[in-house]
Amino acid sequence: MTSLRPDLAIIAENVAPSSRVLDVGCGDGTLLAALRDRKGCDARGMEINAANVAECVGRGLSVIQGDADKDLPFYPDQSVDYAILSQTLQTTMRPAEILEQLLRIGRKAFVSFPNFGHWRVRTSLLWNGRMPVTRLLPVAWYETPNIHHLTVEDFRGLIAERGIRVENQWFLRGDRDCHPAAANFRAEHAVFLLSN
Amino acid sequence: MASVSETDTSKVLALSAPLPLDGGQTLENAQIAYEAYGTLSAAKDNAILVTHALTGDQYVASRHPITGKAGWWTRMVGPGKPIDTDRYFVICANVIGSCMGSTGPASTAPDGKPWGMRFPVITIRDMVRGHVALLDALGIERLHAVVGGSMGGMQAVSLAANFSERIGAALIIASTARHSAQNIAFHEVGRQAIMADPAWREGDYYSHGKGPEKGLAVARMAAHITYLSEAGLTEKFGRRLQDRDAKTFGFDADFQVESYLRYQGLSFTDRFDANSYLYITRAMDYFDLAEEHGGLLARAFSGSRARFCLISFDTDWLYPTAESRNIVHALSAAGLPVSFVELSAPFGHDSFLLDVPALDKVVAGFLG
Repeated sequence: MTSLRPDLAIIAENVAPSSRVLDVGCGDGTLLAALRDRKGCDARGMEINAANVAECVGRGLSVIQGDADKDLPFYPDQSVDYAILSQTLQTTMRPAEILEQLLRIGRKAFVSFPNFGHWRVRTSLLWNGRMPVTRLLPVAWYETPNIHHLTVEDFRGLIAERGIRVENQWFLRGDRDCHPAAANFRAEHAVFLLSN
Repeated sequence: MASVSETDTSKVLALSAPLPLDGGQTLENAQIAYEAYGTLSAAKDNAILVTHALTGDQYVASRHPITGKAGWWTRMVGPGKPIDTDRYFVICANVIGSCMGSTGPASTAPDGKPWGMRFPVITIRDMVRGHVALLDALGIERLHAVVGGSMGGMQAVSLAANFSERIGAALIIASTARHSAQNIAFHEVGRQAIMADPAWREGDYYSHGKGPEKGLAVARMAAHITYLSEAGLTEKFGRRLQDRDAKTFGFDADFQVESYLRYQGLSFTDRFDANSYLYITRAMDYFDLAEEHGGLLARAFSGSRARFCLISFDTDWLYPTAESRNIVHALSAAGLPVSFVELSAPFGHDSFLLDVPALDKVVAGFLG
């Protein structure tokens, strides 16, 4: 079994066995395949890239080619136990609407994203005065798919404003945990489990 | 008892029971001609039904008896191919209304004369009823999968909706759940071309030796354009001239594209019955799966537990991606496991028949 990216490993560990899952932006289906094979989940996905979708279907997964910004409204209310959005929120046109959709479709939602408030990003911007290119965010501003950068505090602010409940949260630097209180400064990645 | 006889060309099933039709009539003594490949397992659980397109036939992976050409989907169906006949028992049946051995307007009516235009108007669901009768006769309760492109996809989706207990999976390629105004419009052009040919004789041409070949050829030429893409036509022909250095200032086939279309039209008349063309295009035009189920497409799938996969092509303007998405959204709303991908291929609607490696991968992966 291939090892999962750290944020995906956290999601995979914390999904209840045999649950229904929709992974929005599922890439080549690595997480979905793990959820199906290890947890017996009814695992479905949405992915924008045709080659990735072909890869997923080749793995026997049910994946629809679609755009999170446009195609989520077609899913019925509360039709899955978990809607998952890993490393995709910051690439969407309307992140707040996407969050709403996730919690409409899923009873709970996992959301993971890179933390733009990480100290390396901050110092890079402070000292260089240019959009940071770091290990975490390796692509220049004009080519990055990340169009809505956010920090852990930004995300906490949005979900508080929308009355969304945090069921659980995990923060990562590399593959190590980091304390929630220091997360906005020290975490490279954040994973939230949300409910309405 | 239904009986199966083998002719030189195809196996032919004579249906023992009358086939009920959507138009209210029944078809007595109908025959279904089919081809089969591979071996049916003892549990009869490895069958795949491949459904053919408008002018297709049962010769999916065997030589066509009239044209002598290889089967129409040999790149997809065969030993070790994406639809693997080493593992699956693959069936392909000529639809009723067609002219390659299944009962259609060219067949003999009870009065001993050809049906002609007395043949009842049929629907996609009627074709599917014919397939189900064949499955019954073969003792196949449940197909591993049904796979079809274009009109074959319409049969696949109709089978999935109306006989949901008979399939485990449906693969619907470059197809639609309903014919659009544009689809109907192109078909009407084809039908009028046939009917405008004096040799059509109100459909009663069988005893006159020669049918409405010119009309049928024009119908095929018009339809053929809809199967291609503009970019594909430009790449293949551009404005190149046919075997000449200059325009002739006449109405010969100066351009390669004209010559190509004329050849396509003419060669089509060797293998296809004009009345069959009328009836099958009509069946496609009448197709509206949502209408059959109270106007809501999702409702068509309420009894289904099958897996679905839909594939469209970015250059297909006959059944564009939006039509596939329409089905995908209905299946999602019905909570069914569905995959969908729009593949990039330059060949327009015909892409499903041509060399698109990504298609092979998705088909093989989905069938498992």
